[in-house]
Amino acid sequence: MEVGNMDGPVATAHEVTKRFAKDGPPALDAVSIDIVAGRMTGLVGPDGAGKTTLIRLLAGLLDPDGGTVDVQNLPAVDADHAAIGYMPQRFGLYEDLSVIENLSLYANLRGLPASERDARFRELLAFTDLERFRTRLAGKLSGGMKQKLGLACAMVKAPKLLLLDEPGVGVDPVSRRELWAMVRNLAGEGIGVLWSTAYLDEAEKCDTVFLLNEGKLLYAGEPARLTGRIEGRVYRVFAGADGRRKLLERALNDKDVTDGTIQGASLRLVMKPDVGAPRPAAIGAPADCRIEATAPRFEDAFVDILGGGPPGTSALAQAYRSIPQTQEPAIVAERLTKQFGAFTAASNISFSVPRGQIFGLLGPNGAGKSTTFKMLCGLLTPTSGGGQVAGHDLRKARAEARQSLGYMAQKFSLYGDLSVQQNLNFFSGVYGLTGTRQREAIGRVVEIFHLKDYLSVNSGTMPLGFKQRLALACAVMHQPPVLFLDEPTSGVDPIVRREFWTHINGLVEHGVTVLVTTHFMDEAEYCDRIALIYRGEEIAIGTPDDLKTQAAAKAGLDDPTLEDAFITLIEESDKQREAA
Amino acid sequence: MSAFNRQRFTALLVKETLQIVRDPSTFLIAFVLPMILLFLFGYGVSLDTARVKIGLALQDTSAQARSLATAYERSGWFEVTGSRDVASLKADLVAGNIRGIIVIPPDFGRRLDSRGDPASIQVITDGSMPNTAGFVAAYAEGIRASWAAGLADERGVQPLPPISLAQRFWFNPELTSRYFLVPGSIAIVMTMIGTLLTALVVAREWERGTMEALLATPIGMAEFLATKVIPYFILGLCSMTICTLIAIFVFGVPFLGSALALLAIASAFLVPALGQGLLISAVTKNQFVASQVALLSAFLPAMLLSGFLFEITSMPRIIQLITYVVPARYVIPPLQTVFAVGDLWGLFLRNIAVLLGFGAFFFLLAIRATRRRIA
Amino acid sequence: MWGRIYALIVKEMWAILRDPRARVILVVPPLVQLFVLGFATTLEVKNIDVGVYNRDSGAWSTEFVQRLAGSPNIRGLVWIRSPEELRSAIDNQRVIVAVSIDQRFSADIEAGRPATIQAVFDGRRSNAAQIVSGYIERIVGEMGASLAPASASPRSLSVLTNWFNPNLDYLWFTMPALIVIISTVSGLGITALSVARERELGTFDQLMVSPLRVHEILIGKMVPPFLVGLFNASLYLILIPFAFGVPLTGSVPLFYLALTFYLLALVGVGMLVSSLAQTQQQAFLGVFLVTVPATLLSGYASPVDNMPGWLQILAQANPPKHFLIVSEGVFLKAMPALDVLSNTWPLVIIASVTLTASAVLFRARME
Repeated sequence: MEVGNMDGPVATAHEVTKRFAKDGPPALDAVSIDIVAGRMTGLVGPDGAGKTTLIRLLAGLLDPDGGTVDVQNLPAVDADHAAIGYMPQRFGLYEDLSVIENLSLYANLRGLPASERDARFRELLAFTDLERFRTRLAGKLSGGMKQKLGLACAMVKAPKLLLLDEPGVGVDPVSRRELWAMVRNLAGEGIGVLWSTAYLDEAEKCDTVFLLNEGKLLYAGEPARLTGRIEGRVYRVFAGADGRRKLLERALNDKDVTDGTIQGASLRLVMKPDVGAPRPAAIGAPADCRIEATAPRFEDAFVDILGGGPPGTSALAQAYRSIPQTQEPAIVAERLTKQFGAFTAASNISFSVPRGQIFGLLGPNGAGKSTTFKMLCGLLTPTSGGGQVAGHDLRKARAEARQSLGYMAQKFSLYGDLSVQQNLNFFSGVYGLTGTRQREAIGRVVEIFHLKDYLSVNSGTMPLGFKQRLALACAVMHQPPVLFLDEPTSGVDPIVRREFWTHINGLVEHGVTVLVTTHFMDEAEYCDRIALIYRGEEIAIGTPDDLKTQAAAKAGLDDPTLEDAFITLIEESDKQREAA
Repeated sequence: MSAFNRQRFTALLVKETLQIVRDPSTFLIAFVLPMILLFLFGYGVSLDTARVKIGLALQDTSAQARSLATAYERSGWFEVTGSRDVASLKADLVAGNIRGIIVIPPDFGRRLDSRGDPASIQVITDGSMPNTAGFVAAYAEGIRASWAAGLADERGVQPLPPISLAQRFWFNPELTSRYFLVPGSIAIVMTMIGTLLTALVVAREWERGTMEALLATPIGMAEFLATKVIPYFILGLCSMTICTLIAIFVFGVPFLGSALALLAIASAFLVPALGQGLLISAVTKNQFVASQVALLSAFLPAMLLSGFLFEITSMPRIIQLITYVVPARYVIPPLQTVFAVGDLWGLFLRNIAVLLGFGAFFFLLAIRATRRRIA
Repeated sequence: MWGRIYALIVKEMWAILRDPRARVILVVPPLVQLFVLGFATTLEVKNIDVGVYNRDSGAWSTEFVQRLAGSPNIRGLVWIRSPEELRSAIDNQRVIVAVSIDQRFSADIEAGRPATIQAVFDGRRSNAAQIVSGYIERIVGEMGASLAPASASPRSLSVLTNWFNPNLDYLWFTMPALIVIISTVSGLGITALSVARERELGTFDQLMVSPLRVHEILIGKMVPPFLVGLFNASLYLILIPFAFGVPLTGSVPLFYLALTFYLLALVGVGMLVSSLAQTQQQAFLGVFLVTVPATLLSGYASPVDNMPGWLQILAQANPPKHFLIVSEGVFLKAMPALDVLSNTWPLVIIASVTLTASAVLFRARME
């Protein structure tokens, strides 16, 4: 077989088009990309942009409707599959086989000669740090470890082309960073890597990115070139932590601002071209606030190329009741502990969240943040310790506590085979809304979230962004004083994420208290305070800026990002543990 | 690309075997469920009528009437509740406490020797259970007849009628229903493993996303299908062996044929069963739907339309026609034969040929339906 | 509280009925099952072929063969010419019985000597063989009786009356039984899978976080399978008398009373399965493991009276066993209230035990 030319691309797609429904919109519309050996190629875009379809075409799992897809100069469906490493979204592991059994299965399927096996397995297991877990079943591994094993299986016989479909989804920053380093290393050995992702900070680190939206290629080239387009238009506004949400709302409503987010105590604003720095007066900031230009990030450029973020005022918040002022904290966790047999999933977690604040629970997969979250919303009974939600004791007044919270689950667990209207009826009904109040509440969210055209559609078939809106709508119809959000924006694109946070910020201004878990560090920046949970313990608590300062002091970093802080604090905790 | 490769083949085979060994639901379907079925058919579903409870209203005090009543009580076929009052027995019959009533009327003894109408007893059965009713009717009359013959003999009158029937039941002289139910349930068990389990495991690969990963490797479809079929074929034979041993040693079912013949029959039946399982999973790609389809298209027909429990000849024409396309129909007779009769290769080979024909048909369809593409 | 439960019930109903295919699935397969099972699952033996090995050339053997051919249950006669052929006809299941008439048969009858007919049955199909032996016996008996001298004393006979089902039509038994069996299958399935599906899709947490209490969730989940069961049973209740001509002699309100508790007991068992299952597959297997014994021990496939004593005790815990008695009773026997009630209270006990157990298990699952 002819081996691909090292100088040319390992794989190319030329004007490729793919449709799943005969007269529906194409999933991919005349997309052309090249994957070059030795380089990291990023594939980014919102959910439903066609990323997975493109990867499946390259893996030879689909036939293109138009155009060509070639791998090593052969049509992908006829290409040498042993030379293509492919890690599907769910890693393709057999959960009831052990680490080593999965590895040897794929080694044999990909035709790795027996003589090379031992050396290669040793190398991969060392590389992925899975040596200790050789005989553990894949189903019992944490998300990060599964991901590494999936990668090891995909490249057990050194491939020429490595296709990774959203390897970072649902995985914590530590594992994501480790994985990135591993793959980067591989690319250096002359493999062509395609890395599809919804995390734009990952895309930023790629050599080349392809940006897809609704099946069309919006941008191809170096990420820096895209970021360069908005050079000089990104500013940070330091006006103190208090009132930063109000400030963001006003700033986003300003016609000169195209995009804005909260970054700790400060705002990060992207200005329209040629309007210069934001003026404090225009956005209602105190005249003495500090405004400084900052380096643009890929996400800023991404939102800009998609036409900017949504306006700053939340119609949802405007229609929301005002939660009465109290001195009592809205959420209290007192030495919450949960044991599953001999395993302590959460130990002595304590914090309290005052009314009208956002509190974030962060931590690696399996560290105990979900356990803590579930204990507070009544899904798990604590082994010891207690808590309160909106003044109701979790142990004594469970139902009352549940009535006063709105809950948005991971992956927007709605009833996919019921229509939007039926979902709304159901959720308003179980929260005790009836008659006119129910009709009004539904009417309100339908208008605010633009759900009118979808009312009779099965919610499972809607685009992800609308699912997320519906999930939020269902959680807030009864106007609870407390919101519990479990990875609320997982997988949705930055535009929808911004719209979501606009609503949350608005609600918080009305006195709603929010508890959120997330793996997106830019989302964590919206929090007033954060608890970092690791190995079942609370290893740090404070404002995002506090955590960054702590990390800066410990690791000697200069202006660390929240992700840097996250990783540093966890590494520190490991060191202390080893020392002890 | 998809040429046969021993390394890949062995690897897939090992993988499938490990999964079988570790999956509790495999264990459940292949070993626990067969036990339950055997147990139910061995003990629970008995078509052999045991002692039936009947009521006896003895309204005559004559010696002959009492002697007839005693004949009923001592017969061993009935468990008799005596009462003078027919009304209370009727209530018992409605409640289902008894299954029949025999009334010996006040004038029975007198009429026996009169020249007028013959002495008649009344037999009332519970028609809501037709088979039991038939049994009660037949044995009530039988006991009366032999009692009458005995009476005639005492008085020196020649018993009538002059034709007698000598009956012999080959293969199962005691007519123990377990002897034919247990071999039949082995066919049900193999259907479960061959069709239901296979359909579930292939559908699971699609559902869990491992199929996608497999298809991206150089495996060929023939390798994939073969390594799915072989382990479950062996599992089916293992389960069949265990069932057979239990049938012989626990339930005492006689086994007159040879192990070789049993193996040949079971193997031949597993071919269409597995083919059907592969076909279902290739078309549905979803465990829930696959399980429903397997249940409706394999398990229920094997149970109801194979002649295992219900006689095919008694069914309406149209349903009889359907039974011709139920593979289990062709395995029940050889299975019952290899247990109860011995090796009748003519019968075996005829059915084996039909089963293999079905197998080839299902496999062809399954191969056509299993594509290398995922959508 | 009622508002919340109402919302849950409406949602559950939609979950079952929203998909047009699902609506078809709820109605069509039960109807098809009713027809197919109604006609296929008969323990009657009809349309049989009988082998005849006649070595007698006299008139009486011809007479006997004609009587055989005239029997309504016998479809055809297969002529056999040698003992080897006889063996092969039985072995290969061409006939279920072969009668053999020896050379002296007619001569014996003419001479007033006892004559014998031999019959060989295929014991592999022991149940059918037993029933066929009854047919042959009757034919032989009738022929013998017709030969007997007109008067011989003492004379006695038995007069047979089949109550509730004069012609012992098997369909009259099957149909009321199928109401029980089919609603068992669909009722258990719908209940057990509804919770498992929510668990798998992640919506179950959503329910548990809402103000719904455990008993409210249970009630909400119970109502739809209950209503579906009620609907199916009502459909059958109408169809069976009109389409199949099975008489409905008893009280319909009493039937519904027992049906209510029967469905509750079923739903309770289904809930128990689903509170133990993590995934849909486990729920499916669980339902299967319950349905098969429940059906086989119900009295439908074979009478409960025939089972060993200890199994009969075990069968008391089987809801279909009790409701089958009521269903047969109300259809055929005009069963009085007291008898219906005495078969209903075990259902009340089963329902309360299973429902309580599943509520406890649901709570325990939250730990």
